[in-house]
Amino acid sequence: MSDLSSAFGTAASLILHLDADLLEIVLLSLQISLLATLFAALIGMPLGAALALYRFPGRGFIVAMLNAFMGLPPVVVGLVVYLLLSRSGPLGPLGLLFTPTAMVIAQFMLAAPIIAALTQQTVADLNEEYDEQLRSLGAGPLRAMRTLLWDGRFSLLTAVLAGFGRVSAEVGAVLIVGGNINHVTRVMTTTIALETSKGNLALALALGLILIGLSITLTFTAQSIRDTAYRHYH
Amino acid sequence: MFVSCTRPCLLVILLACLTLLPATQVTHAGNRFITVASTTSTDNSGLLAHILPSFEKAAGIQVRTIIAGTGRAINLAERGDVDALFVHHPLSEEQFVRQGYGLRRYDVMYNDFVIVGPAADPAGIRGMDNAVEALRKIATARASFTSRGDDSGTHKQELSLWSDSGIDPQQYSGQWYRETGSGQGATLNLANAIDAYALTDYGTWMSFTNKDNLRLMLRGNPPLLNQYGVILVNPARHPHVKAQDTQCFIDWLISGKGQRAIAGFTHNGQQLFFPNAAQSTQAPPACIANPDSD
Repeated sequence: MSDLSSAFGTAASLILHLDADLLEIVLLSLQISLLATLFAALIGMPLGAALALYRFPGRGFIVAMLNAFMGLPPVVVGLVVYLLLSRSGPLGPLGLLFTPTAMVIAQFMLAAPIIAALTQQTVADLNEEYDEQLRSLGAGPLRAMRTLLWDGRFSLLTAVLAGFGRVSAEVGAVLIVGGNINHVTRVMTTTIALETSKGNLALALALGLILIGLSITLTFTAQSIRDTAYRHYH
Repeated sequence: MFVSCTRPCLLVILLACLTLLPATQVTHAGNRFITVASTTSTDNSGLLAHILPSFEKAAGIQVRTIIAGTGRAINLAERGDVDALFVHHPLSEEQFVRQGYGLRRYDVMYNDFVIVGPAADPAGIRGMDNAVEALRKIATARASFTSRGDDSGTHKQELSLWSDSGIDPQQYSGQWYRETGSGQGATLNLANAIDAYALTDYGTWMSFTNKDNLRLMLRGNPPLLNQYGVILVNPARHPHVKAQDTQCFIDWLISGKGQRAIAGFTHNGQQLFFPNAAQSTQAPPACIANPDSD
């Protein structure tokens, strides 16, 4: 119990004395997870919308796979990316292993299915509502895709936040492909795992509280922007 | 379709760009670096954090460490993902060299393995000096024992002790024998939580901060030697290996300077690792321009 209460004190003093090491770790965590989420949204949203609007054989299977991949185990994704980027793997010559780029790739693979699957559902629901209108305007699937993605932008923010939440919280994948190298690939979650293994439970929990605080701040910011924009457009 | 990107998505892009800045600094700061696979015992004890900065400063070469059990560390080196190995299982290390993955193995330092356990000591091993006998008593008492179970150097040492005792703990796995499959610290955390015994290197034990109810039970007499060695990954097999800079690190580690840095690492006034590189290799390394710069 004493660990639990002292963690709050430690967290508070860490934030107050914001030292360079902690700031570096926080910024690197944010940078990697935001970039991964950004790329996942750029790929996942059009992919999800296309799956909702185009009809082709095997579509149901792909949608089912996408839904299943929302629960991809991070440690398995990490292992696959590791084997691809390892010097003895197919992409070894690129020398990307144990770099922040490798961590972005792994997190992208975790976030993309989530964003794509949630986009697919959102756009499919909207399409049901607007199908006739769109058809009467003579809009093809490509045009419908643009219209519906734009129309569903407020719900789609939730899909993006879900993707970000997933990657900013995971430790399994970034630990394997990043290597938790101090000042190079050490992020919040790998630091928490490291401090736990050293037995510094209060410090580990304090870092966890900061991570949760960051996640809450980011979500609130995104939500308030969405609400402002929503009022502006309606 | 992203031409009509409005404030929410612009903000995301802006954030991503802003957060890009620190990372570019990070990657550029370490232009000259080597990657070394080492074990949880050298890292969790704080040894690496103590000795590496003086080498990095003197040589201008950053040492990036990947911390893993000896088994995985060797696998990383075999695949060419690191430039050097700094681990503690001489048998596996010699095999690594024999198979052509590494060039040459150097002794660096040693400490010893100890058995820790709950203060109540249900198996009654406190104060014994023979680890094999102690394991027999733990097995007879069916007292909980946490094993690394991760093919690390400590795990290999533990298995060889069990083998000497004539007991196969595997058949009790999941009962009193608990394989954590994780690092030394995590295994000690579990031992503390379930009142179990565990084998650990003395350095990690001394610097572990969650001891709580755990006590030192047995220190071998003669000691259960825990020898550390360093090996350069064979550049003939993996041409991208930074042989020159890595050899510089190895030369420093076994030189008087590196050995003194190891000896100077203490926890509560107690030395945790004992340098024992071969005497013939203790000249200051030529790769460091000014060996007295620190």
